[in-house]
Amino acid sequence: MLILECPYCGVVADETDLHGGGEAHLKRFGPGSSDEDFQTYLFHRANPKGVHFERWRHVSGCGKWFHAARNTMTLEVYGTYSAQTYEPPKAIINAVIKKHPEWEGYK
Amino acid sequence: MSNAVSALQGASFDGYCKVEEAGLVGMITLRGDLSSAGVAKAVKAATGAAMPGQGEITEGAKGRAGWMSPDELLLIVDHAKAADFVAAASKSLAKEHALVVNVSDARAVYRVTGDAVREVLAKLSPADTAAMVPGQIRRTRIAQIPAAFYLTDEKTAELICFRSVAQYAFDILKDAAMSGGEVGV
Amino acid sequence: MSTRLAKGGRLIDRTKPKNFTFNGKRMKGYEGDTLAAALLGEDQMLVGRSFKYHRPRGIVASGAEEPNALVNMGQGGRFEPNQRVTTTELFDGLTCTSQNHWPSLEFDVGVINNYAARFLPAGFYYKTFMAPAPAWKHVFEPIIRKSAGLGKVPTEADLDRYEHFYHHTDVLVVGGGVAGLAAALAAGRSGAKVLVMEQTHHWGGRAPVDGGEIDGLSPEDWINATLAELEGMDSVTLRTRMMGSGVYDHGYALGYERVADHTPGDDRPRHRLWRIRAQQIVTATGSIERPLSFAGNDIPGVMLAAAVRDYAVNWGVSVGDRTVVVTNNDDAYRTALVLKEAGLDVPVILDARDQATGPLAEAARAAGIRVEVGKAIAKVNGGKRVTGVSICSQSGEGSAVEDIACDAVAMSGGWSPVVHLWSHCGGKLIWDEAQSHFRPDPDRAPTGHDGQPFVVTAGAASGAMGLADVLSDAYEAGKQAAKAAGGKAVRKAGPKADPEATQPMAPVWIMPQGAGHQKRMKMWLDYQNDVKVSDVQLAAREGYESVEHTKRYTTLGMATDQGKLSNINGLAVLSDALGQPIPATGTTTFRPPYTPISFGAIAGEARHEIFQPIRRTPMHQWHEDAGAYMEPVGHWRRPYCYAKPGETNEQAVHREVLNTREKLGLLDASTLGKLIVKGPDAGKFLDMMYTNMMSNLAVGKCRYGLMCSENGFLSDDGVVARIDEDTWLCHTTSGGADRIYAWMEEWLQTEWWDWKVYVANITEQLAQVAVVGPNARKLLEKLGGMDVSKETLPFMQWKDGKIGDFDARVYRISFSGELSYEIAVPASQGRAFWDKLLEAGEEFGVMPYGTECLHIMRAEKGFIMIGDETDGTVIPQDLGLNWAISKKKEDFLGKRAQLRSHMTDPDRWKLVGLETLDGSVLPDGAYAVAEGNNEYGQRNMIGRVTSTYYSPTLKKGIAMGLVKHGPDRMGEVLDFPTVDGSSTVIKARICDPVFYDKDGEKQNV
Repeated sequence: MLILECPYCGVVADETDLHGGGEAHLKRFGPGSSDEDFQTYLFHRANPKGVHFERWRHVSGCGKWFHAARNTMTLEVYGTYSAQTYEPPKAIINAVIKKHPEWEGYK
Repeated sequence: MSNAVSALQGASFDGYCKVEEAGLVGMITLRGDLSSAGVAKAVKAATGAAMPGQGEITEGAKGRAGWMSPDELLLIVDHAKAADFVAAASKSLAKEHALVVNVSDARAVYRVTGDAVREVLAKLSPADTAAMVPGQIRRTRIAQIPAAFYLTDEKTAELICFRSVAQYAFDILKDAAMSGGEVGV
Repeated sequence: MSTRLAKGGRLIDRTKPKNFTFNGKRMKGYEGDTLAAALLGEDQMLVGRSFKYHRPRGIVASGAEEPNALVNMGQGGRFEPNQRVTTTELFDGLTCTSQNHWPSLEFDVGVINNYAARFLPAGFYYKTFMAPAPAWKHVFEPIIRKSAGLGKVPTEADLDRYEHFYHHTDVLVVGGGVAGLAAALAAGRSGAKVLVMEQTHHWGGRAPVDGGEIDGLSPEDWINATLAELEGMDSVTLRTRMMGSGVYDHGYALGYERVADHTPGDDRPRHRLWRIRAQQIVTATGSIERPLSFAGNDIPGVMLAAAVRDYAVNWGVSVGDRTVVVTNNDDAYRTALVLKEAGLDVPVILDARDQATGPLAEAARAAGIRVEVGKAIAKVNGGKRVTGVSICSQSGEGSAVEDIACDAVAMSGGWSPVVHLWSHCGGKLIWDEAQSHFRPDPDRAPTGHDGQPFVVTAGAASGAMGLADVLSDAYEAGKQAAKAAGGKAVRKAGPKADPEATQPMAPVWIMPQGAGHQKRMKMWLDYQNDVKVSDVQLAAREGYESVEHTKRYTTLGMATDQGKLSNINGLAVLSDALGQPIPATGTTTFRPPYTPISFGAIAGEARHEIFQPIRRTPMHQWHEDAGAYMEPVGHWRRPYCYAKPGETNEQAVHREVLNTREKLGLLDASTLGKLIVKGPDAGKFLDMMYTNMMSNLAVGKCRYGLMCSENGFLSDDGVVARIDEDTWLCHTTSGGADRIYAWMEEWLQTEWWDWKVYVANITEQLAQVAVVGPNARKLLEKLGGMDVSKETLPFMQWKDGKIGDFDARVYRISFSGELSYEIAVPASQGRAFWDKLLEAGEEFGVMPYGTECLHIMRAEKGFIMIGDETDGTVIPQDLGLNWAISKKKEDFLGKRAQLRSHMTDPDRWKLVGLETLDGSVLPDGAYAVAEGNNEYGQRNMIGRVTSTYYSPTLKKGIAMGLVKHGPDRMGEVLDFPTVDGSSTVIKARICDPVFYDKDGEKQNV
């Protein structure tokens, strides 16, 4: 039962107020894309043991989607941030590196 | 409109807190740029209330303005006047990207009264009701449905849910407020 | 015999007797008794039978760790099996019966298993019931089912209510013994918000039984003074009868409060499940005494030494007149001293250690008790009751050197910290060689959302032994937790006790250490599941090296007590058999709940009519009053049909179809989703959401649209209306409103966040009624208001105006093929509008119709239904809906996927109509078969029925289905075998799916 702070309304929300949406920062491939790109977009998802970037929606709250940087093993949350980004912000990356200097980084 | 009725037509229940349906309440959803002067003006015109900050609900002479999300407000006004306010606000905001809709009838409103009002809500919602103070609004869930609530004073909460689940909301509030269920924290 | 002593019993009030029955026998106890104490007070030593061998079982413990004494409690709507008598408070009128025996507790046929025990070793089931296969179903399973399970299943609905309670706190202290109270004191003094929970109804745990002095006070006086101080703190909440059930991620914990178990029927919730968010959790959960493994250690009358002491001190109950104490540590001597003090006989203390030199041993000798060192129990004598013990040397193989008559045995194998809550969320353990137990490793605590530890153990739960260590450890834990939760620094000193000298314990896993197989077959590890030392050793010999596998193979620790007594002894035996140290074997996983909690508590308020939210339209009450047969559509309840008296539902549906086609029908369509989409980019956005073009829809007009997922599969459909230059109203299916609203928000927020579009879900703002049939216009014209003529409001257009007195938005759309108006009014006036339509429509033959009539009419017209023709694998092209897929648009959700090779495969099954040759109705979901079999030997299939009805209009069965190359096979006859066991094959001809009014003349008038 996680708790995540919604960056839009500031509420520290219980997992039962939230809805998980899987891997964050996917790039959409539409008509004209190669079969390979489209297949990756549609089906391939990272499932790391450790640092992970995820989409969550504050479904019973303000209704906004946001992103969370989370450790899938320890459940530590490095931070939550806007869904309107193409990649994790610097502050989040730094928070992860501070805890895990050996972390291979966001690709 | 004389033939307009609220979902439960003012049903009420006396437990260790009182639960009553508030009857017809005017409600307007306003989506737009909350930092724009036009939106603030529209809020003022409809409710007399100041622009609420994040997580706040403000009160004015004609109603309340609740912060629902970074681009959404809920204006609580007289039911009979809601349609006129929607028309007026839509007009005054015509030049900016905004959406004003009457949602009065999409909702049901409950008033919970009693010393243990926070406790009754805490049986249904994961929100930290003990830490809530008047002037704050919280969108969360109660049992299995979404809801929003705020305290108007230390002993009174108003709770808004969808109209279709009005009976369910009333029943679970009743269940939570039933005498013998006092937690006493 | 066990009996109530003339005096003593710190927890009972002898002026308040309580009457109860056990197996129908009337018995008496006192207020403050547990059911266990009251049963023992009435000499009811035998309380049940074990699971596998039906061995006689008596009470072993005095708390939550009790494995044996489970009873069926209560009657009727308050009946519940497997209630632990040691944690059940006695109340007047309690009724209980023993479990797992037939015909009676005293004489049980199932005990035959006991004599066959050597044929029922570990893994017996796996080894025996393997072949022949049919024997499993017809022979083994019925027998096993009959003997499986403890207790009886309740047959009546639960009379009680239950609830949840969400609580947020800085510090949660689990356990209200002296450690928990000391930790709470430290946390409370820091100003932090503290919740303390104690599973019994009394504070202080076992300290008052064990004695000593705290800050110069007796434990009892210190507990009272501490409670007074805690009660004086506003920030501290104290709860008894509440068990810490589990610790979960991010400081979440469950507290199981047994509010009214001891006062049934007093209108309070029976149980309350506290769903707690704590910054920090202190587990002051104490420790549990371990049994010793000696032959006959399961015979009623053999108990844990501390439990024997508890019954004497707390409840004034003696377990036996002559009690032999057997131990490997100092603590059990306290039991001997307590019994002696109470005037009872302790013929001997058998200490497995080579010497007994501690102060407690000296005190025992001084009290005149015989102490034998290096001695063990060779076997316990007796059947349903202990009659004596044979003693032997611990170091030998068990030759008896002396028989001693006794009626009780108090055993102690040392103490293990209760590490469950620490371990639930990932806290790690270390092996403590000196105490021979696993204790929490403070350096590897469970971590929370910030990566920091959020659980700290206190007192005996940390592995601290002795009052002095317990108090200092606990106070420190409380301080540490408060600090981590943001409390002020605590300067005030904590409670103190004088350290006591003790002689180290010696690990003893079996007794005597050289016991042979015959003895090991009688040494019980798990009392409830009948797992013996010999079973674990057999498992090791058969290659079970993992403790988790051994657990499942032998069922060790898998009973309702979850191995609280058996686990450590079991893994010690396994380690020995595997020839490795105990830490190398490790422990099994500790999972919540700590002890079983009720289903009622888990469900909370979700029962009866509030089991789940039921959604009601503004006209719902009218439908119910009219006797409508309601069917679930998502969480909505919609009228399926309105049967009149004497009419079957089927007849009602047919009447509704004909009436609507011939005269006038009304449908409550309020459940249809209605989404407002507005903004300068709304048209562009809807062009992405729908397969067809929506941006070019003219203001005032309506268009049917399809939505697909990114996989290309059809997900929802509905009519879209252009309201003004930058506003559209999108209708969704009844079940799809919330989903499609969320779908739109998701794309706007996470992909096209720079597009200027706002969406609002106004589904419930409006009541919507479909006025359908040749007389529809006549009714609306009679009501007056706006012009609804064909010229002013043609098919597929909409208009705002008045219908009678009602503000309405009227859509000329039709899902039935008839002249049809869908009229939306504010929900608050929905019922009044509905009433008005019925009243005014009477002269036109108006009748309400339900969802089944709607389904039949749309099927007659060949309209698809999301969820019937679609199942998440169907694309619009399969349904012949290519006309609704834009070829002009560069992109829409699902477009790319629909270009994938499998989606463009000409062999995909496609929508056709089906008519049976004999006019009968095809079974729903029936498959069409072709010649030959597939690679699995199954008949080849070439299509299936998606919708099938009897058409009252056409007076024959009609159906739609997906068929391979279907549209190219018009007129072909397919075989649909039935699955009712007969070999009937229904023949149906492929036809156009539009069965009725192919040119749409009826709707466009």
